[in-house]
Amino acid sequence: MLNYTIRRILIMIPTLVVISFLVFVIIQLPPGDFLSNQIAELKSQGDTGSLEKVEFLRRQYGLDKPFPERYATWVGIWPGDRGFSGLLQGDWGWSFEHDLPVKDLVGQRMLLSFILNFSVILFTWAVAFPIGVYVATHQYSWSDHGLTLLGYVGLATPNFLLALVLLYFANVEFGLSIGGIMDPEYLSQPWDWAKVRSVLTHLWIPVIVIGTSGTAAMIRRLRANLLDELQKQYVVTARAKGMPAFRLLVKYPLRMSLNPFISDIGNLLPSVISGSAIVAVVLSLQTSGPMLLEAIRSQDTYLAGSFLMFLSLLAVIGTLVSDLLLALLDPRIRLSGGVAK
Amino acid sequence: MSAADERLEHYVSPEPFEPYATEKLTPEQERFYRASQWQIMWWKFKRHRIAVIAAAILLVFYASTLVSENLAPYNLHTRDARHIYAPPQSIHFVDEGRFIGPFVYGYGMKLDMQTLNREYTPDPKLIYPMRFFCRGDEYRFWGLIEGRFHLFCPAEGGTLFLFGTDRLGRDLLSRIIYGTRISLTIGLLGIAVSFLIGITLGGISGYYGGWIDNIIQRFIEMVRAFPELPLWMALSAALPVTWSPLLVYFGITIILGLLDWPGLARAVRSKLLALREEDFATAAVLMGASPKRVIARHLLPSFTSHLIASATLSVPGMILGETALSFLGLGLRPPVTSWGVLLNEAQNINAVALYPWIMLSVAPVFIVVLAFNFMGDGMRDAADPYR
Repeated sequence: MLNYTIRRILIMIPTLVVISFLVFVIIQLPPGDFLSNQIAELKSQGDTGSLEKVEFLRRQYGLDKPFPERYATWVGIWPGDRGFSGLLQGDWGWSFEHDLPVKDLVGQRMLLSFILNFSVILFTWAVAFPIGVYVATHQYSWSDHGLTLLGYVGLATPNFLLALVLLYFANVEFGLSIGGIMDPEYLSQPWDWAKVRSVLTHLWIPVIVIGTSGTAAMIRRLRANLLDELQKQYVVTARAKGMPAFRLLVKYPLRMSLNPFISDIGNLLPSVISGSAIVAVVLSLQTSGPMLLEAIRSQDTYLAGSFLMFLSLLAVIGTLVSDLLLALLDPRIRLSGGVAK
Repeated sequence: MSAADERLEHYVSPEPFEPYATEKLTPEQERFYRASQWQIMWWKFKRHRIAVIAAAILLVFYASTLVSENLAPYNLHTRDARHIYAPPQSIHFVDEGRFIGPFVYGYGMKLDMQTLNREYTPDPKLIYPMRFFCRGDEYRFWGLIEGRFHLFCPAEGGTLFLFGTDRLGRDLLSRIIYGTRISLTIGLLGIAVSFLIGITLGGISGYYGGWIDNIIQRFIEMVRAFPELPLWMALSAALPVTWSPLLVYFGITIILGLLDWPGLARAVRSKLLALREEDFATAAVLMGASPKRVIARHLLPSFTSHLIASATLSVPGMILGETALSFLGLGLRPPVTSWGVLLNEAQNINAVALYPWIMLSVAPVFIVVLAFNFMGDGMRDAADPYR
């Protein structure tokens, strides 16, 4: 197991290197940069005095350097003006627009992002598991058809729209403040119980909205897996010998069909993060999504880059966790050393 | 008496042997055994009733994109400044016991002086019968030929806003019909891009195996680890502002396709790997077929059906992706009109509270995505007809 873990973690390193490179390329793709936009604006205002300041900033942020050097400095394997100071050293760069270190800007948001995504996954499991088992054991019943249909509906509704509608009804019915992940007055306060409670009362809308499609997919997969398992010989044998239905279900087939639950964290996490990005924009949650969108729009290179990097890191770690759990659960994977499927 | 004496003499019937007479196939069986793979798939698909209905619905939607201009009662850009945010008009047939045929009541408008909201009510005095096969708004058919022919139009001087109007007083139904053309083709073009990359990389990976396979597989894992939407956002923000709307349209399709291929590449690879070991493939190799012939003639046909089915299942993802991007204002830009662009107007909470009909644009998204899912399920079941 230790061997497997080490190998799995080693694979992560080249993955992260490639991802960081792709991220950096992508955020540099738009023509010009934040400062050149700034310059154009200043020129149109006829403010030439500030132009020098902008040029100074350009030099300071190293935007005049060639691309590979900028990338290396950003990652932290090449000395910039302040020595080695990049992602590897824990320096996430500088946000042009907010004129603050990215780290100060995003710490809180990343925490909330993490809480949100984590809750969505818990929600997905908590809902998909009982429903999946129920529909598999009641195949072709009305509840099966009904829940399947509901799943399809969840799959087909764009979740930003669902977010809007739920938001509206939550406001009308429960008087919840529009938007945000907590009541506005708690935003700048330190964490205490009142704040946690406020977050909890607001969290359910985005969690439901983001979780729906993932839940629907998970139910379908669990149903298919469990149905396959239930038709196997050993189940028939156990049934013929008079084993109680519930005990039979829990003891063998259920355990076998649990694999997708674990291995799905890896698949689920990127899609959950995707979903939460857009839903967060609609609901104006104080998570990473809206800030990322704005950073991308204003070409705030390092802010956008660090966000993308953070989200990818979250997904990669999720895959790692799911692979490790799967290996723990299933000795075949652990022993053959293959990458979990 | 011993058993040996009992032995029958060797006997052959002198009558001519007719193999078809002894093992008689019923006509159905004969039809089944002689049918081609695709024919059997079609029979199997037909049995999946929901999938057939879904396919029919999609056919209607796609057919409508050919003649959007004729179906829409108004031109895409026609504005009625007197009817801004007008609610949907419903079709009536009978007015106070008198049969008129399909018609709508005109609007009576009142300005609420406190909220400054326009309040529309149906005015029973204004009766606007619908016209059919009529001359209405001018348009350029596919942007080329000028025409005025519509399937149905509002009465002369009257209005016909079956889905209501938006903030500029444009007919929502017409805009949805025009948007269908963009939204549906974007899914198809995106799939084409993703197919091209997926089959090429998956094919190379599965055929050569070894370290090439290893590298491509790691790369696929990396692309899959990316959260799609933030990446779409970043990529589409990279499309230059100076591009014409048409170029942006193609740019978006390519971006959507660019992230969708890993699943397909994996499917191609695993199928290739499995089929390579099958007896018929070995037989072909032993008979001296070239690798190219083995792949194209023996391996590919066995899993094209699977590929088509899985492609069908990923079209809705693209349609939703475009919708999401346009909704955020990063996707298509007006004057190109897609369902996502239309939904962009429903972005604020006011739309839900005051003008809920603006959200009708989600109905076609919903229907098409559902239909694609059902059809894809049916196709996936039919893709392996001999099971």
